[in-house]
Amino acid sequence: MEAIIRIRRFNPEKDKKPYWATYTLKDCEPTNRVLELLHRIKWEIDGTLTLRRSCAQGICGSDAMRINGRNRLACKVLLQEFGEHPKIQVEPILGLPVIKDLVVDMEPFFAHYRAVMPYLVNETPPPIGPDGKPRERLQTIEARERFDDTTKCILCAACTTSCPSFWANGAYVGPAAIVQAHRFIFDDRDQLLQERLDVLADPDGVWRCRTVYNCTPACPRGIEVTRAIGEVKKAIQSGKRDF
Amino acid sequence: MITHQFDTIILGAGGAGLMAALYASRTVSVAVISKLYPTRSHTGAALGGIGAALGNEEEDHWEWHAFDTVKGGDYLTDQDAAEILAREAIDAVIELEHMGLPFDRTKEGKISQRRFGGHTNNVTGKPVRRACHAADRTGHMILQTLYQQCIKNNVTFYDEFHVVDLIMNGDLPAGAVAVCLRDGSLHLFHAKAIVFATGGWGKCWEVTSNAHSMTGDGAAITFRNGIPLEDMEFFQFHPTGLYPTGFLITEGVRGEGGVLLNGRGERFMERYAPKVKDLASRDVISRAIAIELREGRGIKGKRYLHLDLTPETVRRYKAEAGENADHYTPHYIETKLAETCDQGRTYAGIDPITEPLPIQPTAHYAMGGIPTNVNAEVIADSTNRVIPGLYAAGECACVSVHGANRLGTNSLVDLIVFGRRAGLRAAEYSRGASFVPMPSDAGRKIESELNRIRTASGSTKPYVLRKKMQSTMQDLVGVFRNGKDMQKALDTIRELRREFATNIGIDDRGSTFNTDVLETWELGCLLELAEVTAFSALNRTESRGAHAREDYEQRDDQNWLKHTMVYRDGEEGLCVDYKPVVITQYQPKERVY
Repeated sequence: MEAIIRIRRFNPEKDKKPYWATYTLKDCEPTNRVLELLHRIKWEIDGTLTLRRSCAQGICGSDAMRINGRNRLACKVLLQEFGEHPKIQVEPILGLPVIKDLVVDMEPFFAHYRAVMPYLVNETPPPIGPDGKPRERLQTIEARERFDDTTKCILCAACTTSCPSFWANGAYVGPAAIVQAHRFIFDDRDQLLQERLDVLADPDGVWRCRTVYNCTPACPRGIEVTRAIGEVKKAIQSGKRDF
Repeated sequence: MITHQFDTIILGAGGAGLMAALYASRTVSVAVISKLYPTRSHTGAALGGIGAALGNEEEDHWEWHAFDTVKGGDYLTDQDAAEILAREAIDAVIELEHMGLPFDRTKEGKISQRRFGGHTNNVTGKPVRRACHAADRTGHMILQTLYQQCIKNNVTFYDEFHVVDLIMNGDLPAGAVAVCLRDGSLHLFHAKAIVFATGGWGKCWEVTSNAHSMTGDGAAITFRNGIPLEDMEFFQFHPTGLYPTGFLITEGVRGEGGVLLNGRGERFMERYAPKVKDLASRDVISRAIAIELREGRGIKGKRYLHLDLTPETVRRYKAEAGENADHYTPHYIETKLAETCDQGRTYAGIDPITEPLPIQPTAHYAMGGIPTNVNAEVIADSTNRVIPGLYAAGECACVSVHGANRLGTNSLVDLIVFGRRAGLRAAEYSRGASFVPMPSDAGRKIESELNRIRTASGSTKPYVLRKKMQSTMQDLVGVFRNGKDMQKALDTIRELRREFATNIGIDDRGSTFNTDVLETWELGCLLELAEVTAFSALNRTESRGAHAREDYEQRDDQNWLKHTMVYRDGEEGLCVDYKPVVITQYQPKERVY
């Protein structure tokens, strides 16, 4: 089949402002992923087309982009969902400065991520096994399950850059950073609960969320992002992980 | 060129690089230089588990893990390395748990373990539960956890800095050169110790589980700087790549009870590996699949077989084996094999809970690579002469701990165990050594090569060469090989290399985020490694592990119980030397599963 792809392009060395370029690709298969089509354009038609990608199978989080108005991973969108005469529009994710074509500056995103102290802290000495060596800290199956959903996050930024609150105010930590914080707040091995909740209680923290729900359908990992944000809000209000 | 100075630089930010960074940064100044944001590294695509004889689920011993590793490697494994791997795996997994890794848990709250191919109870020969896991996203959790700890410890990162060369001053390493993707500027990193942790080169093949970024940059760079490559003929084909993309479906599926079925609905592995069946080593299963396909027993006559993990099938076979499978419910599958379910649904349009998945072998993992000793020190020749200040760990390195075929889960063990050793040793060396002076022309050679590519206006687009290389390696240097085919592959790859050197043309002449230039440069690395792979494979006239020759079907310990070391000879030639295998307590014997 034939596919028509419109791409929002911008090269800072040549263009004053972004523009739309349209490409027609013949001999496409319904199972082709959008990433494959972008590769065909880059490799066969115009090598200046610039995008990030790596694993091409939905786990590295490199290729989040806006595809027909929705944030998706280009490697997880198959052509077949667009019918027999697919028309696809691809643009960079919103709310972060565009460097070139589909590549945006991820630094502000990662700065928010780092701000929530995304690492486990536990100062209690671990248990010692019969051989005198340290062993794992025990955790129940239920306690592990409590934060399972948010461990799936791949930091692709699809949620954060779908959020109107983030578009309006880049200082907002955004859904992805809250998801990352959730992963530690609800891990009963972690001992940094209060500090983390303090960061998120900041005016640019979790309360900037207006429960628009854009983030949940944007997540390519199926994480219930809005729900996680809600749980963090409750934890802040109660000051506890089990409210 | 902009110059930076650090005691230790680490090239690559996957599992091995991050582990090395965590350890080295405790005592010396460290920079991690990576062409990707660290969390994009391919460690994240590892799925099923990390092996360690914790004995949480049943009796297990690190000595069993060591033996399984040696046997899995078809006795090409250096046994001192296998012992270190198996012994230190236990501490490594416990350390990961302490860092916060969310392992699945047993009822007692311990780290949960599952079965995996080639991991056995050495007394009964039956599969043992050794693979510690976080659902089927263990690699993702390892990568995330290590990156989190690096943030906690304020490790310095140069993200999206693409390393393109090593700077040697005589026989000693002085630093590395990297391109900053954002503006195209060249940077010289002057360092006392340099750790290569740059990953594998599965992109030499057409059907592969590997990321686009797996282009073997580090192995190609060291090779271009006079360092040999070891055991390049051994490249693993994972039996269960999704058809037709080749994306990885974890061995954990079979560890949980999933079975392989041919077009007649037969569980064919019963014929090839009567004792452990679907949990034999990967090379054994990939060959079995290739034979089934060749003999016309594919599904509906096509080039794939089925991996069936539906509750109905799994319960049937578990009952046959006298095992309880009450736990094996759709919810269990959805939780324990979440990624597998997502992959099947997204890419094959198949829900693995109700239908079997179409699979085929997929190019997966480099057993060979930059030769190192057990301390991750790079060695210069078959006498094990150490190059002071140069280290390699993870898939790019050949310790050799995987021998002729790696066991599932051992890549993650390798990253942690030898990544840690690399970090510790590099830091120790940095503390005692002084900087090797940078030569006055440092970085000029690679600068001119990158300029050649940037301005290249020949008639061949790089993707044409890449496609040709990938189909050549797929068809002629795959699961089964023979001399005639491999000679043809070698000739073709050499032609492609000449074309690459003389007649490529690209489009992007700019400096901002010029992936046109860097992808083309990566292609040069792949071509170089494909050449060495075909050359090494043609040279080894026996079958061992992942190297299966139709014209030399037997393993030949008399002549070939040795590692291959390949060097560049002149501009275009290659020459070969050998290094003995380290045998400690496991004498080579016939390998049966």
